Amino acid sequence: MRKILIATTALMGLTAAPALAQTIGVSIPAATHGWAGALNFHAERTVQRLQEANPDLQFVLTTTSDPGQQVSDLEDMVATRGIDALVVLPFESEPLTGPIQRIAESGVWVTVVDRGLAQEGIENLYVAGDNDSFGRTAGQYFADTLEDGAKVVVMRGIASTVDNERVAGFEAALEGSGIEVLAMDHGNWNRDTAFNLMQDWLSRFPEIDAVWAADDDMAVGALAAIDQAGRTDQMFVVGGAGMKEMVQRIQNNDPTVPVNVTYPPSMISTAIEMTALGLTSGAPMSGEFIIASELITPENAENYYFEDSPY
Amino acid sequence: MARSAPTRRPKVNLAVIAPIVALIALILIGMALNPNFLSYANITNVLARSAFIGIIAIGMTFVITAGGLDLSVGSMAAFVAGLMILSMNVLVQSMGPGLPVIMAGIAIALATGLAAGFINGILITRAGIEAFILTLGTMGIYRSLVTWLADGGTLSLGFEMRELYRPVYYGGIMGISWPIIVFAVLAILGEIVMRHTAFGRHCAAIGSNEKVARYSSVAVLRVRLMTYVLLGVLVGIAVVMYVPRLGSASATTGLLWELEAIAAVIIGGTLLKGGFGRVWGTVVGVLILSLIGNLLNLTDFVSPYLNGAIQGVVIILAVVLQRNPGAAR
Repeated sequence: MRKILIATTALMGLTAAPALAQTIGVSIPAATHGWAGALNFHAERTVQRLQEANPDLQFVLTTTSDPGQQVSDLEDMVATRGIDALVVLPFESEPLTGPIQRIAESGVWVTVVDRGLAQEGIENLYVAGDNDSFGRTAGQYFADTLEDGAKVVVMRGIASTVDNERVAGFEAALEGSGIEVLAMDHGNWNRDTAFNLMQDWLSRFPEIDAVWAADDDMAVGALAAIDQAGRTDQMFVVGGAGMKEMVQRIQNNDPTVPVNVTYPPSMISTAIEMTALGLTSGAPMSGEFIIASELITPENAENYYFEDSPY
Repeated sequence: MARSAPTRRPKVNLAVIAPIVALIALILIGMALNPNFLSYANITNVLARSAFIGIIAIGMTFVITAGGLDLSVGSMAAFVAGLMILSMNVLVQSMGPGLPVIMAGIAIALATGLAAGFINGILITRAGIEAFILTLGTMGIYRSLVTWLADGGTLSLGFEMRELYRPVYYGGIMGISWPIIVFAVLAILGEIVMRHTAFGRHCAAIGSNEKVARYSSVAVLRVRLMTYVLLGVLVGIAVVMYVPRLGSASATTGLLWELEAIAAVIIGGTLLKGGFGRVWGTVVGVLILSLIGNLLNLTDFVSPYLNGAIQGVVIILAVVLQRNPGAAR
């Protein structure tokens, strides 16, 4: 089934006359936090670039703030714009699986980004970051640098499968290292929540050696609270996703922010580009494309610093 | 406690002291759970972080007392913060880092807050749009505007200005930080205005019975408009205190502040349908809400997944305690 579908898509790509424009629908979550903001930034830039480079391609870009709205957006795209391909970052896996499956069955090429669907084999292309590796890389750094018996606190994101996978990876890497996790709570990928949470943890625990804030927005809040308490030299903070302020601090050999772990929001560009390429060139694009999380250190930090990115 | 001061209607007493009882209960629980609860650092942390919602909730008390509602304050705060940061970043290029830029930023924040409150108020009073719907609309507008201003990311104050402006949140006099001082002063002023001025009494009169108020020659529309303008200015003041904390604003700034402020007002004993307002009650309500969050962070007593449930239960309990069929209209 999948082979036939790819073949048809490829054929369409080959035989498409210049006048026959193809439409790619892109549906992503709204910019509700820094990472999603950067996602929007990269999506818009890629769409603009591809549109200029390729007049035969048309794009529909929608941003949503809840799963219900995303389903409606997808229905509208199919009904009114007759999309040939869909690039979607599902807001939530479960509620979006059915609607996306129906779209895939109608012959539309489907690229799923970052958040996998609840059922396997629906999408033609899956582009995602590696959440397990995101947590594991941070955990590995903790296990390598901290001594036996060191005390750490963990700030989790919004309760979701993404967050669960990251924390599972982190915990797996800590296993057997003798590092004690004092507390774990949800900072919701939000600066203010993280600030309050860190303040309270600093009152509660006289000794903290390190903080894992599973996102750089939370790391910003945590760092401000630590600074306020005057305990900057007692602990280090590892965030994640490579916000440019954090990368800069790593570059400057800041002992409080020694490393960071990538989870590039520009993966949406990868997904859109691959989809467009598959549609126009007929090059095979189906399968999975997993972008590994890497450790940003003072040595390689310059490769991860993007001056004009909003994140 | 109610029995120690017997009056003809002891239930009225319960209604008055219920929020205080809840607050004391929370403090006692906190002391039992964690020895650091009453530490100087923790108390100042909780008070300072309450200041944003608290300052807004004081204004909300007047709006609700006059029979209105404002759902836009959280988004408004985010928008004002975004605009303030943007303009300070621009001004610093021409004026150089220094006090004038901070003063200009504060003026812009207050003016934007005032203008936003005025827009809400004028549309509600003159165009006759239901407050709930109108402010639901402006809530979406301000939230989108800040997202647009920030290009979907985060607006950050330049490094030099951040260092200069920082003391407004972290500094203070005699160990009491500025947000706490401003919150306290505004709360006292609010209580005085509510109890002892014509404006405060007019708010209650309008919320209680608009027609009767109009026949008693109360300038209903103007007073109502003033409540929204006052709230807008207070949002501006809250932002002036908020921006120096992390020096940034994004689409998630001030998320759900409107509901926290409304909840604090109601926990404090102000009637949601208007007609009776209590500023000191609002202050207690704000403290109750912040303390719950603080306590949950200080213990492993409940799963973090259930934080929202605990907050919900305490809000409902606090309101149930002061339900008083005799006084409710």
